Amino acid sequence: MFQVDNNTLSAWGRIKDSDIYYSFIKSPTAIISSIILFIIFFCSFFVELVTPYNPFDPSSLSLMDAFTPPSWTEEGLAKFILGTDGQGRDMLSTILYGSRISLIVGFSAIIFSLILGVGLGLTAGYFGGKYEMIVMRLTDVQLTVPSILMALLVDGIARGLITREMHDEMAIYVLIFAIGISEWPQFARVSRAATLVEKNKDYVSASTIIGVSNIVIMFKHILPNILRPVLVIGTIGLALAIIAESTLSFLGVGVPPTTPSLGTLIRLGNDFLFSGEWWITFFPAIFLVILAFSINLLGDWMRDTLNPKLNK
Amino acid sequence: MSFLKINNLSVDYQMRKETVYAAKNVNIEVNKGEILGLVGESGSGKSTVGNAIINLIDEPGKVSSGSVILGDINIHEDPKNIIKYRGKKIGLIFQDPQTSLNPILTIGEQLIETIQTHLDLSNEEAKNRSINLLKEVGIKDAESRFDNYPHQFSGGMRQRVVISLALCCEPELLIADEPTTALDVSIQSQILDLIKRLTKERNLAAILITHDMGVIAETADRVAVMKSGKLVEIGVTKEILTNPKESYTKSLVSSVPPTNKKISRFVIIEKENKNNKENNLKILNRWTKKEIVKQDLVQVKNLSKSFDDNFFTESSKNSIMAVNDVSFYIKQGETFGLVGESGSGKSTIAKMIVNLFKPSSGDIFFDNICITKIKKNLEMMKFRKQIQMIFQDPYSSLNGRLKVKDIVSEPIKLHNPSISRKDLDNYVFDLLESVELIQNSVDRYPHEFSGGQRQRISIARALATQPRLLVCDEPTSALDVSIQAQILNLLKDLQEQLNLTILFISHDLPVVRQMCDRIGVLKDGKLCEVSNTEKLFLEPQHNYTKELLHLMPKIESIYN
Repeated sequence: MFQVDNNTLSAWGRIKDSDIYYSFIKSPTAIISSIILFIIFFCSFFVELVTPYNPFDPSSLSLMDAFTPPSWTEEGLAKFILGTDGQGRDMLSTILYGSRISLIVGFSAIIFSLILGVGLGLTAGYFGGKYEMIVMRLTDVQLTVPSILMALLVDGIARGLITREMHDEMAIYVLIFAIGISEWPQFARVSRAATLVEKNKDYVSASTIIGVSNIVIMFKHILPNILRPVLVIGTIGLALAIIAESTLSFLGVGVPPTTPSLGTLIRLGNDFLFSGEWWITFFPAIFLVILAFSINLLGDWMRDTLNPKLNK
Repeated sequence: MSFLKINNLSVDYQMRKETVYAAKNVNIEVNKGEILGLVGESGSGKSTVGNAIINLIDEPGKVSSGSVILGDINIHEDPKNIIKYRGKKIGLIFQDPQTSLNPILTIGEQLIETIQTHLDLSNEEAKNRSINLLKEVGIKDAESRFDNYPHQFSGGMRQRVVISLALCCEPELLIADEPTTALDVSIQSQILDLIKRLTKERNLAAILITHDMGVIAETADRVAVMKSGKLVEIGVTKEILTNPKESYTKSLVSSVPPTNKKISRFVIIEKENKNNKENNLKILNRWTKKEIVKQDLVQVKNLSKSFDDNFFTESSKNSIMAVNDVSFYIKQGETFGLVGESGSGKSTIAKMIVNLFKPSSGDIFFDNICITKIKKNLEMMKFRKQIQMIFQDPYSSLNGRLKVKDIVSEPIKLHNPSISRKDLDNYVFDLLESVELIQNSVDRYPHEFSGGQRQRISIARALATQPRLLVCDEPTSALDVSIQAQILNLLKDLQEQLNLTILFISHDLPVVRQMCDRIGVLKDGKLCEVSNTEKLFLEPQHNYTKELLHLMPKIESIYN
């Protein structure tokens, strides 16, 4: 009368048994992109252990090393694999330090907009009525403002509100808020749509009849059931957030040059592009492309796997 | 020499971990002019056989062996054959008339397209042919309806159009896969009559795939019973239904609710017979005894509900009266049935009684207290506890992200927050035992259970608050007959031991007859007739009731 006993399997056994694991090992793109992401994440977050240089320690820098080209060119030095920038900083180390900032900003911004978007979307879908109308029209208005413009606006207001010295310190938080506030509408829309589907299912009615309160129904019953689609667009949103951070930093309204992110590095290197020192801007840029591309590929794979309609 | 011969047909699905046989060594023959009923429970492979004939098996399934011989040609031999035969020599009717027609083409365009694919006819000839066909399947004003879109037809009319599409190229074999399952009883009988008439008139060989033994009894000449991909028994319908040889067929026939008499329990032929009849349910110890007073537990007075489909203005112009001035009462300890076709408002009434909807007007009294007027949440909780509901769809009524333990314990913790962990676990075990589920179910997720088992979990959850009234909204219509019989038996046992009052909602008259003491018949939101079950079935007063009783498919019709 009962089906195969899954309880006898260990946690790892369960994962190995699941369809997601199966589809993962069948997909080369998913495997390659997650290996790349793992390397990038690991090197970025444990950057002190991985790199021999600290590009932000002035005592270790030597202007003599400035503008060293990558190691495989004629003038290159073996100790600077990707060459150095105008101040003699090792490019590879600088990129990894920069990618840490980019990733922190990207993750924080996406978590911020996830909480805001899912919170608003879930409640709007669940309660409906005038509240829903107001929230959804707000997202419509928000979507008409380009996210970069929104972020510039937030940054502009922040500059007006806080002093110049404070600004460099606060820059990273302003950036997180600016990106987060410009990305929440899509999460609100997706989670509202999913909530509308879920709240008409009988298990929600059953909970209401039992007497469970609205808050518990929303967060204990509906939220876990709408997380799939939200996490899928969240992954793709992460790539967008990292690109948005780089764009803003490139435009000079992001993190200050003292703690450069990928975007800041590209901007700084951009000045040397026409004088022949191409590597200073090229490597951060290509690193950013690989990072965003891998996240997108992983997100695409997740969308295909977790979507029951595409899954045959 | 029979017209269609299926020899040793096997269909298998190559899955990740194993090969699943959807059909294994099936041998079936169908003669011209006869209807073969293919019957079985869900997953028995009956639709697979139907699809395999025309080679419409979805990936990754494939026909792994066997042959299908139509006339004297093996139609699986050459893949080109099958394209010629589909739609031309073999006509198909699917279950859901809502989705088997293309909504953006008129029915005329769809008919002409099909005809011209197979026959070399001009537009004019094809049109004449289509109109004649539409007339033949009983569509009035065929000339003017020719240019209508599918949404302009009702469900039954649409199924007629589907039938005319299946017939438009003079097929010799007709495959109907659950052709009436999505339709109401009154339309079901018309469609079945139509299929019967066409089979005789056109001398077709027909295969009728269904799960409904009543439909088989009234329509099929011969019947083939399938179970887990294998053919159990095949023979003349009367012989199979009255004198089945295989034990599976016997149990299938005995779980069909009889329409002509009331039985106390369904006979369930199973390997092990549970001996839980003697020992009382453990949950009884926790049940606070309510003295049995023969008074009304529920009184519904002039209840109405309208749905406004206009968002911005609250005008009553567009409103639909789902329930219109309905009054009835339910006595303590009895089972009250509400019967009606789809759209008759029976579920809406249920949802108002459990307080999911507020009525537009009218009152509901529970234990002589008007529960529709309660505003305070705290006061409502007292009644929430006493009124519980069991839903139709066992797949959506349980939260798939929670373990069974959490599903069943949620209402207990809510109404008794101080319960100790150990006591809670015991209570959950007792509840699961009372619905005949084994104890190690607690750590599983709902998707690991079958439909019938999920419905048992639903019942356990509903019993957790110790309700006095159980509202069952079509609790078995998503289940197979044998499972239905088990669930109905369970509900009867629970009612007896726990002294429950049940409001039983169903479209299925035989089931209602087995379950209910009194029955109300609903039509278009109005209550036609309320009467004792036996009286209602023997001497129906209202015309609509008479019609319903006349039209329901009766498995007993085979005896006459």
